Amino acid sequence: MKLDKFWIACIAILILGFVFTKNADNEFYFFTTYVILQGLVMAVAWNILGGFTGYVNFGAAGFFAVGVYTSVALNKAFGLPLPVILAVAGIIGGLLGLGAGYLTLRLKGVYFAIATLATALVIETIVNNWKYVGGAAGTYVLQPKQSFIFDNYIELLFMLMLVLSVAAVAISRYLSSSRVGKGLAAIRDDEVAAECMGVPTLRLKLISTTAMGVLMSIAGAPFPFFVTFVDPVSAFALLIAVNAIAMPMIGGTAYWYGPVIGALILGVVQETATVTISSELNLLIVGVLLVLFITMAPQGIVGVYHDWRKKRDAK
Amino acid sequence: MSERILEVTGLTKRFGGFVALDKVSLHLDEGERLGLIGPNGSGKTTMINCISGALINDEGRVQFKGADITGLKAHKRAQLGIARSFQVPKPFGSMTVLENLCIPLEFAARGRTDPGAVEDQAMEILKMIGFEDRARENSAGLTQVDMRKLELARALAAKPALLVSDEAMAGLSASEVDDILEILFKLNATGVAVIMIEHIMRAVMRYSQRIIVLDAGQKIAEGTPDEVIHDPQVERAYLGE
Repeated sequence: MKLDKFWIACIAILILGFVFTKNADNEFYFFTTYVILQGLVMAVAWNILGGFTGYVNFGAAGFFAVGVYTSVALNKAFGLPLPVILAVAGIIGGLLGLGAGYLTLRLKGVYFAIATLATALVIETIVNNWKYVGGAAGTYVLQPKQSFIFDNYIELLFMLMLVLSVAAVAISRYLSSSRVGKGLAAIRDDEVAAECMGVPTLRLKLISTTAMGVLMSIAGAPFPFFVTFVDPVSAFALLIAVNAIAMPMIGGTAYWYGPVIGALILGVVQETATVTISSELNLLIVGVLLVLFITMAPQGIVGVYHDWRKKRDAK
Repeated sequence: MSERILEVTGLTKRFGGFVALDKVSLHLDEGERLGLIGPNGSGKTTMINCISGALINDEGRVQFKGADITGLKAHKRAQLGIARSFQVPKPFGSMTVLENLCIPLEFAARGRTDPGAVEDQAMEILKMIGFEDRARENSAGLTQVDMRKLELARALAAKPALLVSDEAMAGLSASEVDDILEILFKLNATGVAVIMIEHIMRAVMRYSQRIIVLDAGQKIAEGTPDEVIHDPQVERAYLGE
């Protein structure tokens, strides 16, 4: 098999990440990168449905929280190892995504977006009243003692999130560049025309929503071990849902690398602001950036770059 | 005798209490050119929606090439060889003209297209209708007449045996109408059967070998253009008592 640049870059990133865990001794770096990468997975997942397929999901926090609470429940009930928890969270998130896919049969545009928001609220209400996972008061989750080949658990979580990020980006890239991706783009542009041109719209939308659900839920599954105290306020945080939308919008939704660029930029800005100014500033930063980009560069950074290149070539 | 390609029997479609089509039957032979006319709201677009699968009829049967396709989804019908263009152009706006044509080539005509030759075939179709200089342009920026041409080119890229053209000429100037007619004639010459829905009488009369007239969901006349235009019922439907 021929390795192209993309896969070489992926492997290089994973190796660098591993080397990083063996050399950096300040845990702060791992905490910070974990948060940025978690945002990246969420952004990439959101973009598969929102960017490629044209269905806006306002309920990203709901999908994320499904992963979080699957993890809390499985850990408390059976004390299962993390990989098993991730797999189950992925399955449950995928089923929820599949359900959202069937919603698209009846709901388009704004109505679909409202339905996703409502779904997240329903899930939040259920969790608030589910005593076993802590209910509204929240619950403590203990980090496992062993951390595999790493020095401590945060390094393991960092490495895990890095692997998830690479996997999410690879899936998103595959979906956008394959025949499936062309079909999704046709659905985004005009669903009725796509169906009449032979595109199996329902099947492709189900693939898209399921992939989104799986990735978002898996992104949430390690979260309890990362924060060690989970309550609905943190699991359903507004910032998670807003970031999942803002990162692709800022980076550019039409290409697989758009959300990656957006997530890295927004994530770094937010984390820097948290440390240097105040952690309360995050939402304000996202809000201002989102407004700026939507009004001045609706195609995101990637779009601005493409325009610039077109102009330069025209000269 | 040429083969029957489309056979619609007793087709009824209701929207709530409103009967849009009431037991309408029609048929089409291979390579035939059929005109479908009627006043606004007579059920023409509903009929082609039921033929292309965008709507599913409540009663009656649709048969294509001898097989019953009633209830089959639109994308399956497209794969079988039924293509349509839209009254209001629906280009894939984020794509170039060429990419627009690649979608039906890769989906509707998938089994009948060499995967390596998709772009070449798309280009061939554009050349056939004299549209190749627009291939790399973004489809959202086209003029009205060019969007109509794109609609037909894209339908053609589905490699259909039957093309349903829904008012491809509405709102166009006389010379533009001639351009579109020429494309439709070329298309038919390749063996594609065509159902043309049109309000521009000059075009329908010139193009159709046979015409069916719908009024208030019912078929009120059928025959050659000459027969139909002199039919008293048709006159009543269009001009009133």
